[in-house]
Amino acid sequence: MSVLEVKNIKKSFGKTEVLKGISFSLEKGEVLSIIGSSGSGKTTLLRCLNFLEFASEGTISVNGKLIFDGQAENELSDSEIRNNRLHFGLVFQSFNLFPQYSVLENITLAPTLLNRGSEEEIKATALSLIERVGLIDKINNYPCELSGGQQQRVAIARALALEPEILCFDEPTSALDPELTGEVLRVIKDLKNEDSTMIVVTHEMEFARNISDKVIFMADGVIEEMGTPDEVFLNPRSEKTKSFLLKDIETVG
Amino acid sequence: MSFLEVTLFLLDGFKISLLIFAVTLLCGAPLGLPIAFCSMSRFKPVQAVSKVFVWIVRGIPLMLQIFIIYYVPGLLFQTPIFAHIDRYMASNFNILDAGRITAVLIAFVINYACYFSEIYRGGIESISKGQYEAGYVLGLTKSQVFKKIILKQVVKRIVPPMSNEIITLIKDTALANCIVVCEIIKQAKELAATKALVWPLFYTGVFYLLFVGILTIVLGKVEKKLSYFKS
Ligand SMILES: Nc1ncnc2c1ncn2[C@@H]1O[C@H](COP(=O)(O)OP(=O)(O)O)[C@@H](O)[C@H]1O
Ligand SMILES: [Mg+2]
Repeated sequence: MSVLEVKNIKKSFGKTEVLKGISFSLEKGEVLSIIGSSGSGKTTLLRCLNFLEFASEGTISVNGKLIFDGQAENELSDSEIRNNRLHFGLVFQSFNLFPQYSVLENITLAPTLLNRGSEEEIKATALSLIERVGLIDKINNYPCELSGGQQQRVAIARALALEPEILCFDEPTSALDPELTGEVLRVIKDLKNEDSTMIVVTHEMEFARNISDKVIFMADGVIEEMGTPDEVFLNPRSEKTKSFLLKDIETVG
Repeated sequence: MSFLEVTLFLLDGFKISLLIFAVTLLCGAPLGLPIAFCSMSRFKPVQAVSKVFVWIVRGIPLMLQIFIIYYVPGLLFQTPIFAHIDRYMASNFNILDAGRITAVLIAFVINYACYFSEIYRGGIESISKGQYEAGYVLGLTKSQVFKKIILKQVVKRIVPPMSNEIITLIKDTALANCIVVCEIIKQAKELAATKALVWPLFYTGVFYLLFVGILTIVLGKVEKKLSYFKS
Protein backbone atom coordinates (compact mmCIF):
# COMPACT_ATOMS: atom_id res chain seq x y z
CA MET A 1 0.00 0.00 0.00
CA SER A 2 1.29 3.47 -0.88
CA VAL A 3 2.10 5.92 1.86
CA LEU A 4 0.71 8.68 -0.29
CA GLU A 5 -1.75 8.57 -3.09
CA VAL A 6 -2.65 11.81 -4.84
CA LYS A 7 -5.39 11.66 -7.46
CA ASN A 8 -6.36 14.30 -9.96
CA ILE A 9 -5.60 17.34 -7.82
CA LYS A 10 -6.84 20.57 -9.37
CA LYS A 11 -6.41 24.05 -8.00
CA SER A 12 -7.35 27.45 -9.34
CA PHE A 13 -6.69 30.94 -8.08
CA GLY A 14 -9.58 32.96 -9.40
CA LYS A 15 -9.76 32.14 -13.10
CA THR A 16 -6.23 30.79 -13.52
CA GLU A 17 -5.95 27.05 -13.14
CA VAL A 18 -2.58 26.40 -11.51
CA LEU A 19 -2.86 22.63 -11.00
CA LYS A 20 -4.70 20.83 -13.77
CA GLY A 21 -5.06 17.30 -12.46
CA ILE A 22 -2.01 15.97 -10.65
CA SER A 23 -1.83 12.27 -9.78
CA PHE A 24 1.04 10.27 -8.34
CA SER A 25 1.78 7.87 -5.54
CA LEU A 26 4.67 7.36 -3.22
CA GLU A 27 5.84 4.22 -1.41
CA LYS A 28 7.28 4.19 2.06
CA GLY A 29 10.92 5.27 2.10
CA GLU A 30 10.78 6.66 -1.42
CA VAL A 31 12.14 10.02 -2.41
CA LEU A 32 10.27 11.96 -5.05
CA SER A 33 11.86 14.99 -6.69
CA ILE A 34 9.72 17.55 -8.44
CA ILE A 35 11.41 19.74 -11.00
CA GLY A 36 10.03 22.31 -13.40
CA SER A 37 10.32 25.95 -14.28
CA SER A 38 9.07 28.59 -11.92
CA GLY A 39 5.35 29.16 -12.01
CA SER A 40 4.60 25.56 -12.99
CA GLY A 41 2.71 24.91 -9.74
CA LYS A 42 5.26 23.01 -7.62
CA THR A 43 4.82 25.14 -4.51
CA THR A 44 1.05 25.09 -4.87
CA LEU A 45 1.12 21.30 -4.99
CA LEU A 46 3.13 21.09 -1.75
CA ARG A 47 0.83 23.65 -0.15
CA CYS A 48 -2.19 21.54 -1.06
CA LEU A 49 -0.57 18.50 0.54
CA ASN A 50 0.08 20.51 3.70
CA PHE A 51 -3.40 22.00 3.72
CA LEU A 52 -2.18 25.57 3.39
CA GLU A 53 -4.27 25.61 0.21
CA PHE A 54 -7.27 23.48 -0.53
CA ALA A 55 -7.51 21.75 -3.87
CA SER A 56 -10.79 22.31 -5.66
CA GLU A 57 -10.87 18.75 -6.98
CA GLY A 58 -9.10 15.49 -6.37
CA THR A 59 -8.26 13.27 -3.44
CA ILE A 60 -5.35 12.74 -1.08
CA SER A 61 -4.94 9.44 0.76
CA VAL A 62 -2.29 8.59 3.33
CA ASN A 63 -1.66 4.93 4.16
CA GLY A 64 -4.83 4.02 2.32
CA LYS A 65 -6.97 6.40 4.30
CA LEU A 66 -8.74 9.16 2.40
CA ILE A 67 -7.87 12.43 4.17
CA PHE A 68 -8.99 14.91 1.56
CA ASP A 69 -11.70 14.85 -1.07
CA GLY A 70 -12.28 17.97 -3.12
CA GLN A 71 -15.76 16.74 -3.98
CA ALA A 72 -16.80 16.17 -0.37
CA GLU A 73 -19.97 17.94 0.73
CA ASN A 74 -18.87 19.22 4.11
CA GLU A 75 -15.71 21.14 4.73
CA LEU A 76 -13.02 19.76 7.00
CA SER A 77 -13.13 21.08 10.55
CA ASP A 78 -10.16 22.96 11.97
CA SER A 79 -9.11 19.99 14.05
CA GLU A 80 -9.37 17.59 11.09
CA ILE A 81 -7.19 19.95 9.09
CA ARG A 82 -4.61 20.02 11.87
CA ASN A 83 -4.59 16.24 12.13
CA ASN A 84 -4.21 15.94 8.37
CA ARG A 85 -1.31 18.37 8.39
CA LEU A 86 0.53 16.18 10.86
CA HIS A 87 0.95 13.45 8.24
CA PHE A 88 3.18 15.89 6.40
CA GLY A 89 6.11 18.09 7.29
CA LEU A 90 7.07 21.12 5.25
CA VAL A 91 10.44 22.80 4.96
CA PHE A 92 10.09 26.25 3.41
CA GLN A 93 12.34 27.96 0.94
CA SER A 94 12.71 30.86 3.39
CA PHE A 95 13.17 28.68 6.54
CA ASN A 96 10.57 30.57 8.60
CA LEU A 97 12.22 29.82 11.92
CA PHE A 98 10.62 31.54 14.90
CA PRO A 99 13.01 34.42 15.59
CA GLN A 100 12.23 34.83 19.29
CA TYR A 101 13.06 31.21 20.10
CA SER A 102 16.46 29.57 20.38
CA VAL A 103 17.38 26.65 18.15
CA LEU A 104 16.29 24.19 20.82
CA GLU A 105 13.04 26.02 21.52
CA ASN A 106 12.20 26.20 17.83
CA ILE A 107 12.27 22.42 17.77
CA THR A 108 10.54 21.72 21.09
CA LEU A 109 7.75 24.31 20.69
CA ALA A 110 5.30 22.25 18.64
CA PRO A 111 5.86 18.87 20.36
CA THR A 112 5.34 20.64 23.69
CA LEU A 113 2.15 22.37 22.59
CA LEU A 114 0.89 19.09 21.10
CA ASN A 115 1.69 17.16 24.30
CA ARG A 116 3.96 14.73 22.52
CA GLY A 117 5.62 13.58 25.74
CA SER A 118 7.24 14.86 28.90
CA GLU A 119 9.49 17.87 28.87
CA GLU A 120 12.58 15.65 29.19
CA GLU A 121 11.54 13.30 26.42
CA ILE A 122 10.81 16.17 24.06
CA LYS A 123 14.11 17.80 24.86
CA ALA A 124 16.04 14.55 24.40
CA THR A 125 14.42 13.97 21.01
CA ALA A 126 15.14 17.54 20.00
CA LEU A 127 18.78 17.25 21.02
CA SER A 128 19.26 14.09 19.01
CA LEU A 129 17.71 15.78 15.99
CA ILE A 130 19.98 18.80 16.41
CA GLU A 131 22.90 16.43 16.61
CA ARG A 132 21.78 14.79 13.38
CA VAL A 133 21.74 18.10 11.52
CA GLY A 134 25.12 18.94 13.03
CA LEU A 135 24.25 21.95 15.15
CA ILE A 136 24.73 20.67 18.68
CA ASP A 137 27.01 23.62 19.49
CA LYS A 138 24.22 26.06 18.52
CA ILE A 139 21.29 24.89 20.64
CA ASN A 140 21.06 28.15 22.57
CA ASN A 141 21.63 30.46 19.63
CA TYR A 142 18.85 32.46 18.05
CA PRO A 143 18.02 32.24 14.34
CA CYS A 144 19.50 35.69 13.67
CA GLU A 145 22.85 34.33 14.83
CA LEU A 146 22.89 31.50 12.28
CA SER A 147 23.82 31.34 8.62
CA GLY A 148 21.12 30.52 6.11
CA GLY A 149 22.35 26.95 5.79
CA GLN A 150 22.28 26.48 9.55
CA GLN A 151 18.80 27.97 9.76
CA GLN A 152 17.54 25.58 7.12
CA ARG A 153 19.04 22.63 9.01
CA VAL A 154 17.20 23.77 12.13
CA ALA A 155 14.01 24.01 10.08
CA ILE A 156 14.51 20.42 8.94
CA ALA A 157 15.02 19.26 12.54
CA ARG A 158 11.91 21.20 13.56
CA ALA A 159 9.84 19.40 10.93
CA LEU A 160 11.30 16.01 11.90
CA ALA A 161 10.45 16.51 15.57
CA LEU A 162 6.81 15.72 14.83
CA GLU A 163 7.77 12.53 12.95
CA PRO A 164 5.76 13.24 9.81
CA GLU A 165 5.14 10.32 7.49
CA ILE A 166 6.03 12.42 4.47
CA LEU A 167 8.49 15.29 4.61
CA CYS A 168 8.16 17.95 1.92
CA PHE A 169 10.87 20.40 0.89
CA ASP A 170 10.09 23.46 -1.18
CA GLU A 171 13.33 24.50 -2.85
CA PRO A 172 15.22 24.16 0.42
CA THR A 173 18.43 25.62 -0.99
CA SER A 174 17.12 28.34 -3.30
CA ALA A 175 17.51 31.09 -0.71
CA LEU A 176 21.07 30.05 0.13
CA ASP A 177 24.43 31.22 -1.09
CA PRO A 178 25.91 28.54 -3.35
CA GLU A 179 28.58 27.57 -0.82
CA LEU A 180 25.89 26.78 1.78
CA THR A 181 23.69 24.51 -0.31
CA GLY A 182 25.96 21.50 0.23
CA GLU A 183 25.43 21.24 3.98
CA VAL A 184 21.64 21.26 3.57
CA LEU A 185 21.63 18.77 0.72
CA ARG A 186 23.85 16.49 2.79
CA VAL A 187 21.31 16.50 5.62
CA ILE A 188 18.53 15.59 3.21
CA LYS A 189 20.67 12.81 1.78
CA ASP A 190 21.26 11.42 5.27
CA LEU A 191 17.51 11.36 5.78
CA LYS A 192 17.15 9.23 2.68
CA ASN A 193 19.57 6.73 4.13
CA GLU A 194 17.31 6.52 7.16
CA ASP A 195 14.35 5.62 4.97
CA SER A 196 12.35 8.81 5.32
CA THR A 197 9.65 9.35 2.74
CA MET A 198 10.25 12.68 1.08
CA ILE A 199 9.05 14.99 -1.64
CA VAL A 200 11.71 17.46 -2.71
CA VAL A 201 11.00 20.38 -5.01
CA THR A 202 14.38 21.47 -6.25
CA HIS A 203 16.38 23.18 -8.93
CA GLU A 204 19.50 21.17 -8.05
CA MET A 205 19.42 18.71 -10.92
CA GLU A 206 22.51 16.76 -9.89
CA PHE A 207 21.06 16.32 -6.43
CA ALA A 208 17.63 15.31 -7.74
CA ARG A 209 19.22 12.70 -9.94
CA ASN A 210 21.25 11.21 -7.11
CA ILE A 211 18.74 11.19 -4.34
CA SER A 212 15.46 10.34 -6.07
CA ASP A 213 13.63 7.11 -6.62
CA LYS A 214 11.16 8.97 -8.76
CA VAL A 215 11.22 12.29 -10.59
CA ILE A 216 8.30 14.41 -11.71
CA PHE A 217 8.75 17.17 -14.24
CA MET A 218 5.95 19.69 -13.97
CA ALA A 219 4.99 22.20 -16.62
CA ASP A 220 1.99 24.54 -16.58
CA GLY A 221 0.16 22.67 -13.86
CA VAL A 222 0.44 19.18 -15.28
CA ILE A 223 2.88 16.32 -14.81
CA GLU A 224 4.68 16.48 -18.12
CA GLU A 225 6.93 13.55 -17.36
CA MET A 226 7.32 11.07 -14.51
CA GLY A 227 9.79 8.25 -14.07
CA THR A 228 13.03 7.10 -12.54
CA PRO A 229 15.86 9.64 -12.51
CA ASP A 230 17.54 7.88 -15.41
CA GLU A 231 14.37 7.89 -17.47
CA VAL A 232 13.68 11.57 -16.90
CA PHE A 233 17.22 12.92 -17.01
CA LEU A 234 18.79 10.62 -19.61
CA ASN A 235 15.89 9.69 -21.87
CA PRO A 236 13.24 12.36 -21.56
CA ARG A 237 10.32 11.64 -23.85
CA SER A 238 8.64 15.01 -23.79
CA GLU A 239 10.01 17.93 -25.78
CA LYS A 240 9.28 20.27 -22.86
CA THR A 241 11.39 18.15 -20.52
CA LYS A 242 14.21 18.09 -23.02
CA SER A 243 14.30 21.83 -23.47
CA PHE A 244 13.97 22.40 -19.68
CA LEU A 245 16.94 20.15 -19.00
CA LEU A 246 18.93 21.75 -21.79
CA LYS A 247 18.27 25.20 -20.41
CA ASP A 248 19.41 24.02 -17.01
CA ILE A 249 22.69 22.78 -18.39
CA GLU A 250 23.19 26.10 -20.16
CA THR A 251 22.52 28.22 -17.06
CA VAL A 252 24.64 26.02 -14.83
CA GLY A 253 27.40 25.40 -17.35
CA MET B 1 5.34 82.89 46.93
CA SER B 2 8.51 80.97 47.51
CA PHE B 3 10.01 78.64 44.95
CA LEU B 4 8.97 75.66 47.08
CA GLU B 5 5.39 76.87 47.33
CA VAL B 6 5.19 77.35 43.58
CA THR B 7 6.68 73.89 43.06
CA LEU B 8 4.12 72.27 45.34
CA PHE B 9 1.29 74.21 43.71
CA LEU B 10 2.39 73.08 40.26
CA LEU B 11 2.91 69.55 41.51
CA ASP B 12 -0.77 69.46 42.46
CA GLY B 13 -1.54 70.15 38.83
CA PHE B 14 1.00 67.66 37.57
CA LYS B 15 -0.74 64.95 39.60
CA ILE B 16 -3.81 65.54 37.44
CA SER B 17 -1.63 65.37 34.32
CA LEU B 18 -0.22 62.07 35.54
CA LEU B 19 -3.69 60.77 36.33
CA ILE B 20 -4.83 61.49 32.78
CA PHE B 21 -1.64 59.89 31.49
CA ALA B 22 -2.02 56.71 33.56
CA VAL B 23 -5.72 56.14 32.92
CA THR B 24 -5.32 56.77 29.20
CA LEU B 25 -2.47 54.31 28.98
CA LEU B 26 -4.05 51.62 31.15
CA CYS B 27 -7.47 51.79 29.46
CA GLY B 28 -6.54 52.99 25.98
CA ALA B 29 -3.83 50.39 25.32
CA PRO B 30 -6.12 47.38 25.90
CA LEU B 31 -9.07 49.07 24.19
CA GLY B 32 -6.92 49.53 21.09
CA LEU B 33 -6.76 45.75 20.60
CA PRO B 34 -10.44 45.07 19.82
CA ILE B 35 -10.46 48.14 17.59
CA ALA B 36 -7.41 46.79 15.74
CA PHE B 37 -9.05 43.38 15.30
CA CYS B 38 -12.23 45.02 14.01
CA SER B 39 -10.19 47.04 11.51
CA MET B 40 -8.63 43.78 10.29
CA SER B 41 -11.89 41.83 10.35
CA ARG B 42 -12.73 39.82 7.26
CA PHE B 43 -16.36 40.77 7.86
CA LYS B 44 -16.50 43.95 5.76
CA PRO B 45 -19.22 45.90 7.64
CA VAL B 46 -17.32 45.56 10.93
CA GLN B 47 -14.11 46.58 9.21
CA ALA B 48 -15.78 49.59 7.59
CA VAL B 49 -17.38 50.84 10.82
CA SER B 50 -14.10 50.45 12.66
CA LYS B 51 -12.08 52.23 10.00
CA VAL B 52 -14.52 55.15 9.77
CA PHE B 53 -14.50 55.48 13.55
CA VAL B 54 -10.71 55.54 13.65
CA TRP B 55 -10.65 58.02 10.78
CA ILE B 56 -13.00 60.41 12.63
CA VAL B 57 -11.22 60.14 15.96
CA ARG B 58 -7.81 60.63 14.42
CA GLY B 59 -9.06 63.30 12.05
CA ILE B 60 -10.46 65.73 14.63
CA PRO B 61 -8.31 67.68 17.08
CA LEU B 62 -8.28 66.09 20.51
CA MET B 63 -9.24 69.44 22.03
CA LEU B 64 -12.42 69.45 19.97
CA GLN B 65 -13.17 65.90 21.10
CA ILE B 66 -12.88 67.02 24.71
CA PHE B 67 -15.40 69.79 24.02
CA ILE B 68 -17.73 67.34 22.30
CA ILE B 69 -17.67 64.81 25.13
CA TYR B 70 -18.08 67.53 27.73
CA TYR B 71 -20.80 69.65 26.14
CA VAL B 72 -22.83 67.30 23.94
CA PRO B 73 -24.80 65.55 26.72
CA GLY B 74 -26.04 68.94 27.90
CA LEU B 75 -26.63 70.47 24.46
CA LEU B 76 -28.37 67.51 22.84
CA PHE B 77 -30.02 65.75 25.76
CA GLN B 78 -30.45 68.58 28.22
CA THR B 79 -28.43 66.63 30.78
CA PRO B 80 -25.05 68.25 31.42
CA ILE B 81 -23.92 65.07 33.11
CA PHE B 82 -20.31 66.12 33.72
CA ALA B 83 -21.36 69.39 35.36
CA HIS B 84 -23.66 67.37 37.61
CA ILE B 85 -20.80 65.07 38.58
CA ASP B 86 -18.65 68.14 39.28
CA ARG B 87 -21.22 69.60 41.64
CA TYR B 88 -22.12 66.30 43.30
CA MET B 89 -18.54 65.27 44.04
CA ALA B 90 -17.59 68.77 45.15
CA SER B 91 -20.44 69.14 47.62
CA ASN B 92 -20.47 65.57 48.95
CA PHE B 93 -16.82 64.55 48.90
CA ASN B 94 -15.06 67.85 48.45
CA ILE B 95 -13.43 66.53 45.26
CA LEU B 96 -12.99 69.24 42.62
CA ASP B 97 -13.31 68.90 38.85
CA ALA B 98 -14.42 65.23 39.01
CA GLY B 99 -16.89 65.59 36.13
CA ARG B 100 -14.54 67.57 33.93
CA ILE B 101 -11.75 65.11 34.53
CA THR B 102 -14.10 62.25 33.66
CA ALA B 103 -14.95 63.93 30.36
CA VAL B 104 -11.26 64.46 29.62
CA LEU B 105 -10.47 60.82 30.47
CA ILE B 106 -13.20 59.53 28.16
CA ALA B 107 -11.97 61.71 25.30
CA PHE B 108 -8.34 60.72 25.88
CA VAL B 109 -9.00 57.00 26.21
CA ILE B 110 -11.04 56.87 22.99
CA ASN B 111 -8.57 59.04 21.10
CA TYR B 112 -5.49 57.14 22.18
CA ALA B 113 -7.17 53.74 21.77
CA CYS B 114 -7.62 54.63 18.10
CA TYR B 115 -3.99 55.65 17.68
CA PHE B 116 -2.83 52.51 19.50
CA SER B 117 -5.13 50.36 17.37
CA GLU B 118 -3.43 51.58 14.22
CA ILE B 119 -0.02 50.79 15.71
CA TYR B 120 -1.21 47.29 16.63
CA ARG B 121 -2.69 46.76 13.19
CA GLY B 122 0.52 47.85 11.51
CA GLY B 123 2.51 45.56 13.79
CA ILE B 124 0.32 42.54 13.22
CA GLU B 125 0.13 43.04 9.48
CA SER B 126 3.90 43.39 9.24
CA ILE B 127 4.52 39.81 10.38
CA SER B 128 5.16 37.61 7.38
CA LYS B 129 2.63 35.02 6.28
CA GLY B 130 5.42 32.45 6.54
CA GLN B 131 5.49 32.73 10.33
CA TYR B 132 1.82 31.75 10.52
CA GLU B 133 2.24 28.98 7.99
CA ALA B 134 5.28 27.54 9.76
CA GLY B 135 3.09 27.27 12.86
CA TYR B 136 0.14 25.78 11.00
CA VAL B 137 2.14 23.04 9.31
CA LEU B 138 3.38 22.04 12.76
CA GLY B 139 -0.24 21.31 13.66
CA LEU B 140 -0.74 24.32 15.92
CA THR B 141 -4.11 25.99 16.33
CA LYS B 142 -4.73 29.55 15.21
CA SER B 143 -4.70 30.80 18.77
CA GLN B 144 -1.48 28.91 19.60
CA VAL B 145 0.15 30.44 16.55
CA PHE B 146 -0.93 33.92 17.57
CA LYS B 147 -0.01 33.62 21.23
CA LYS B 148 3.20 31.62 20.97
CA ILE B 149 4.64 32.81 17.68
CA ILE B 150 3.18 36.08 16.44
CA LEU B 151 2.53 38.09 19.60
CA LYS B 152 6.08 38.60 20.80
CA GLN B 153 7.24 39.61 17.33
CA VAL B 154 4.42 42.14 17.18
CA VAL B 155 5.32 43.50 20.61
CA LYS B 156 8.91 43.96 19.52
CA ARG B 157 7.83 45.86 16.43
CA ILE B 158 5.37 48.15 18.15
CA VAL B 159 7.59 49.23 21.03
CA PRO B 160 9.22 52.12 19.15
CA PRO B 161 5.98 53.63 17.77
CA MET B 162 4.24 53.05 21.10
CA SER B 163 7.08 54.85 22.87
CA ASN B 164 6.54 57.84 20.61
CA GLU B 165 2.83 57.84 21.30
CA ILE B 166 3.33 57.53 25.06
CA ILE B 167 5.71 60.47 25.13
CA THR B 168 3.24 62.53 23.11
CA LEU B 169 0.52 61.53 25.56
CA ILE B 170 2.08 63.15 28.62
CA LYS B 171 2.40 66.42 26.72
CA ASP B 172 -1.14 66.15 25.34
CA THR B 173 -2.54 66.14 28.87
CA ALA B 174 -2.11 69.93 28.79
CA LEU B 175 -5.15 70.00 26.48
CA ALA B 176 -7.33 69.25 29.52
CA ASN B 177 -7.13 72.91 30.45
CA CYS B 178 -9.51 73.72 27.59
CA ILE B 179 -12.37 72.78 29.90
CA VAL B 180 -10.64 74.26 32.93
CA VAL B 181 -9.26 71.07 34.45
CA CYS B 182 -6.51 72.03 36.87
CA GLU B 183 -3.62 70.23 35.24
CA ILE B 184 -0.16 71.75 35.59
CA ILE B 185 -0.36 74.45 32.91
CA LYS B 186 -3.75 75.57 34.17
CA GLN B 187 -2.18 75.90 37.62
CA ALA B 188 0.65 78.01 36.22
CA LYS B 189 -1.80 80.24 34.38
CA GLU B 190 -3.64 80.67 37.62
CA LEU B 191 -0.45 81.97 39.25
CA ALA B 192 0.05 84.38 36.40
CA ALA B 193 -3.49 85.68 36.74
CA THR B 194 -3.73 85.95 40.50
CA LYS B 195 -0.13 86.52 41.62
CA ALA B 196 1.32 88.12 38.50
CA LEU B 197 3.97 85.38 38.38
CA VAL B 198 4.88 84.43 34.84
CA TRP B 199 7.98 82.29 35.39
CA PRO B 200 6.05 79.27 36.79
CA LEU B 201 4.52 78.85 33.34
CA PHE B 202 7.97 78.16 31.92
CA TYR B 203 8.97 76.18 34.97
CA THR B 204 6.24 73.60 34.12
CA GLY B 205 8.48 72.45 31.27
CA VAL B 206 10.88 70.99 33.82
CA PHE B 207 8.16 68.68 35.13
CA TYR B 208 7.43 67.37 31.65
CA LEU B 209 11.09 67.01 30.85
CA LEU B 210 11.84 65.02 33.99
CA PHE B 211 8.90 62.70 33.40
CA VAL B 212 9.74 62.20 29.72
CA GLY B 213 13.30 61.44 30.84
CA ILE B 214 12.04 58.64 33.09
CA LEU B 215 9.76 57.33 30.33
CA THR B 216 12.62 57.32 27.85
CA ILE B 217 14.75 55.25 30.18
CA VAL B 218 11.97 52.75 30.97
CA LEU B 219 10.89 52.37 27.34
CA GLY B 220 14.52 52.04 26.30
CA LYS B 221 14.87 49.15 28.76
CA VAL B 222 11.83 47.42 27.26
CA GLU B 223 13.28 47.84 23.80
CA LYS B 224 16.62 46.48 24.95
CA LYS B 225 14.96 43.48 26.54
CA LEU B 226 13.47 42.51 23.19
CA SER B 227 16.65 43.14 21.25
CA TYR B 228 17.95 39.58 21.72
CA PHE B 229 16.17 38.56 18.53
CA LYS B 230 15.66 40.07 15.11
CA SER B 231 12.43 39.69 13.26
N1 LIG C 1 -2.15 32.71 -3.62
C1 LIG C 1 -2.11 32.85 -4.97
N2 LIG C 1 -2.99 33.64 -5.61
C2 LIG C 1 -2.96 33.75 -6.94
N3 LIG C 1 -2.09 33.12 -7.74
C3 LIG C 1 -1.17 32.32 -7.16
C4 LIG C 1 -1.14 32.14 -5.75
N4 LIG C 1 -0.13 31.27 -5.47
C5 LIG C 1 0.42 30.93 -6.64
N5 LIG C 1 -0.19 31.57 -7.67
C6 LIG C 1 0.14 31.41 -9.09
O1 LIG C 1 0.18 30.04 -9.38
C7 LIG C 1 1.21 29.75 -10.29
C8 LIG C 1 2.08 28.64 -9.73
O2 LIG C 1 2.78 29.13 -8.63
P1 LIG C 1 3.72 28.21 -7.78
O3 LIG C 1 2.98 27.02 -7.30
O4 LIG C 1 4.34 29.07 -6.74
O5 LIG C 1 4.81 27.75 -8.84
P2 LIG C 1 6.29 27.22 -8.62
O6 LIG C 1 6.46 26.87 -7.17
O7 LIG C 1 6.39 26.04 -9.51
O8 LIG C 1 7.19 28.30 -9.06
C9 LIG C 1 1.95 31.04 -10.54
O9 LIG C 1 1.54 31.55 -11.76
C10 LIG C 1 1.51 31.94 -9.41
O10 LIG C 1 1.49 33.26 -9.83
MG1 LIG D 1 7.85 27.63 -5.79
